[in-house]
Amino acid sequence: MDRRSWLKLSAAFGAAMFAMSGAQAQDTIKIGEMNSYKNFAAFLEPYKKGWELAVEQVNASGGLLGKKLEIVSRDDNGNPGDAVRMAEELVTREKVSFLIGTFPSHVGLAVASFAKEKKVLFIAAEPLTDKIVWDQGNKYTYRLRASTYMQTAMLVPEAAKLKKKRWAIVYPNYEYGQSATAAFKQLMKQAQPDVEFVIEQAPPLGKIEAGAVADAIAAAKPDAIFSSLFGPDLAKFVREGQTRDLFKGVQVFNLLAGEPEYLDPLKDEAPTGWWVTGYPWYAINTPEHKAFADAYQKRFKDYPRLGSIVGYATVQSAAAVIKKAGTLDTEKLVAAMKGLTHSTPLGNITYRPQDNQSTMGAYVGKIGLKDGKGVMTDWYYADGAKFLPSDADVAKMRPAD
Amino acid sequence: MLANIVIQFMNGLAGASSLFLVAAGLSIIFGVSRIVNFAHGSLYMLGVYLAYMLVEFFGRSSIFGFWGGVLMAALCVGLIGVVIEIVVLRRIYRAPELFQLLATFALVLVIKDAALYIWGAEDLVGPRAAGLRGAVEILGKRFPQYDLALIAIGPVVLGLLWLLMNRTRWGTLVRAATQDREMVGALGVNQSGLFTGVFFLGAFLAGLGGAVQLPREPAQLALDITVISDAFVVVVVGGMGSIGGAFLAALLIAQAKAFCIGIGDVSIFGTVFSFSKFTLVVEFVIMAVVLVVRPWGLLGKQQGTQRGTFMVEPPLYPLNRNFWLAVLAVVVLLGLVPFGGDGYLLVLLIDIAVFALFAVTLHFLMGPSGMVSFGHAAYFGLGCYGAALALLKLKLPMELALFAAPLAGGLGALVFGWFCVRLSGVYLAMLTLAFAQIAWSVIYQWDAFTGGSNGLVGLWPSEWLKDRTVFYAFALLLCIGGILFLWRVVHAPFGYALRAGRDSALRADAIGINVRRFQWFGFTLAGTFAGLAGGLFAFSKGSISPETLAVPRSVDGLVMVLLGGVQTLTGPVAGAAVFTWLQDSIARNTEYWRAILGLTILVIVLAFPQGIAGFTKQVATRIGVMRREAA
Repeated sequence: MDRRSWLKLSAAFGAAMFAMSGAQAQDTIKIGEMNSYKNFAAFLEPYKKGWELAVEQVNASGGLLGKKLEIVSRDDNGNPGDAVRMAEELVTREKVSFLIGTFPSHVGLAVASFAKEKKVLFIAAEPLTDKIVWDQGNKYTYRLRASTYMQTAMLVPEAAKLKKKRWAIVYPNYEYGQSATAAFKQLMKQAQPDVEFVIEQAPPLGKIEAGAVADAIAAAKPDAIFSSLFGPDLAKFVREGQTRDLFKGVQVFNLLAGEPEYLDPLKDEAPTGWWVTGYPWYAINTPEHKAFADAYQKRFKDYPRLGSIVGYATVQSAAAVIKKAGTLDTEKLVAAMKGLTHSTPLGNITYRPQDNQSTMGAYVGKIGLKDGKGVMTDWYYADGAKFLPSDADVAKMRPAD
Repeated sequence: MLANIVIQFMNGLAGASSLFLVAAGLSIIFGVSRIVNFAHGSLYMLGVYLAYMLVEFFGRSSIFGFWGGVLMAALCVGLIGVVIEIVVLRRIYRAPELFQLLATFALVLVIKDAALYIWGAEDLVGPRAAGLRGAVEILGKRFPQYDLALIAIGPVVLGLLWLLMNRTRWGTLVRAATQDREMVGALGVNQSGLFTGVFFLGAFLAGLGGAVQLPREPAQLALDITVISDAFVVVVVGGMGSIGGAFLAALLIAQAKAFCIGIGDVSIFGTVFSFSKFTLVVEFVIMAVVLVVRPWGLLGKQQGTQRGTFMVEPPLYPLNRNFWLAVLAVVVLLGLVPFGGDGYLLVLLIDIAVFALFAVTLHFLMGPSGMVSFGHAAYFGLGCYGAALALLKLKLPMELALFAAPLAGGLGALVFGWFCVRLSGVYLAMLTLAFAQIAWSVIYQWDAFTGGSNGLVGLWPSEWLKDRTVFYAFALLLCIGGILFLWRVVHAPFGYALRAGRDSALRADAIGINVRRFQWFGFTLAGTFAGLAGGLFAFSKGSISPETLAVPRSVDGLVMVLLGGVQTLTGPVAGAAVFTWLQDSIARNTEYWRAILGLTILVIVLAFPQGIAGFTKQVATRIGVMRREAA
């Protein structure tokens, strides 16, 4: 080949590349996703599978606005500094239309602040902090999951029914545990004015000295315990408490403990009789959940966890808002998010216009044992919409958009 | 009441055992090899995971199955330690001090991802110990049988270690090497054999410490970090290299935690003080107090000086014209970026500039001042919070708030530094860590003022700085200015005095330099500029959280300095650039990015034991670009 044909060939190649890249840009809708995959792997591996499934389903049914949906996913390393850098990268280099994801509260809040500053839509999938929609809420940030306050409020009616007077509280010493405790105390005092909180234990997250904590609680002789422990802290507390007979005759309420992520590792030592919030995937028979669970199990040969639901529903929200807005313009997307209603495996949810919080609920039930495994029994679905403060209270907490 | 106290005391005893095993291993390894083994927590984690696997394999219901599994797991971890020593560490014993820390940091990353790959992400709750499932009645309270066994294991291992160290030839050699390893070498003892043996023992103890926790501690991927700081604290409180000290310190710390939990909430003058929250930081407070009162730990002795194990630090030469030309070229290049690169490149470069300034301040301590800091992020973080609080609480404009950053960092360093410069070597490093953790825990828990664990948001720069290019220029100007200033200081009389104090405190003292005071001022200066880096970081991200002064941030700083090369001025800048860029690009493109990052660092460590800048300098000298300098 002489020099001229080389030139021709490379020109043709270049043109083809250009055309392809141009074509690609036109063919796909890109959404940026960030999460702390390595820091919270137990929750986020199923989460990732969840959103992958949703993306496949969206694309199999013809995509959105005639284009394919593409998720550009990043590991934010569990720290806000890296998360904001990744967000910048997704927005400026990958040119994503908006952002979804995040797990820990401080990372979620950092990305929310970024979204407000740079005027990008952000759908926070998992962070439970109440602040992300209330004290530090902003126009561009929406949150999918039932918050700390909501999940606590879901347990309070059951707790108040028991008319137990002496309560012990144990929580991981960071914002989630502190908020759960504050909400529980406030709501319990309203529901049952004679309630007494006899001891509070706040072990460091991931470093509970479970034996000592169990003994300290036992020494306070409570009638009931409210706990917001999860993960390894929960497993250690359950084992030490059971060996020491802490739970005999003491009713325990534990946020999140019914989620398969935290319940399944306990195997046959799952603490029966505890009231929890969680996700009994094996027993939910609604058609929308069955469709999801079957597709998930077929695709991944594994059963869904709560993380799977969160990942799946986040992409459903993203798809629904694009459909509703009919465009990728941020301001129109943000407007479309207000009051957006769509179906999820847990039923219909709505993003409340007054605070950008979705009404996704959670399952409330008691832990039981079945075939050597922890399951939720006597469970019911608590609709998130019913466990939120009054609009006036929300308006007081939330800065104007 | 009495029953409660007794039970909490026994909880403390049980908690101390495993902590002691891990710390003893760390202490022995440090004593002989002087390696600060960052991967020790990872070995502990492997111990838990392997025990989980092996106990299942041997049968969880038989006593033999359980204890056989535990012992086998510990042996396996010991062998892993041997492999690490032979494959990695042996090659870099002669590298500058602390360089091995970089290799062990890389191992932490690799082991974490390997564990994720092998055992998956879900927490694995181990079986109860066969034969010791239940509880016994003590003063009307139920106490787990297994915890009784744990209470016995600690002293038994302590006794066995004492026999090993004092009644065998090998133990004598280990003790001799702990005191003076060159002399042991000179007497004809095979050092590499000794080192491998020591590593086996240390790793075995870490593995055993993990394996015996199986019934109490679910196997999970965060164990490595959780344990390593505790183990360091125990070793330092007890005295580096002292096994008895480690036992004492483990007891002290475990008891302190158990009693903080037992005491619970106490009302003092009307305000409720929660001792259970104090467990977050109690071990670091103990360490700070012990180090201030007893600079070498409870049972430690002053370290003998080392001779000839690594290259004598070559003096830094005055900055010549070629150097400044090179700096100028880099600055011009950076100035051109906004015209060519995309927006994200600017963001990445801002991060690199901020971390480069941070790394240079740390290098200012580690290199010219001879003070290693394991808690340097404290001043970075104080800078972040200083700027943020000035903006949000004092409502200062952003430009003025930025001034609060170096002020806060400098003030923190002034206070902490006063205590730190009274110590030296690893003890100094650990005291800086203690102060950093104390500052961290205050910020982490002071919700009303610092935003607690969530941090503070809404810290965006003023209107005229909002444009990315303008902010880039602004950040670059301040970072480069800070870096050049610190480089200049190294060659000012102040810097010469610092270096004199580092090279020979005795002689510097003799010629009238108040070494301690110079070190104190040096410490403060480094803290001030670290604070500036923090302030810029806060405004570039728009939000901050306590992780800005947490241990991983300090470790990142150390990694940058060591990666670049502690013996050159430009090293930290190169290290910060390479590390930040590597992390960014690897994390973006691969799932197991930690392992790949770790392996990359390992390759760099093995290929360039003088760091990247040190290696470049060597090559440049050899090919004649740089002046050959007789050492």
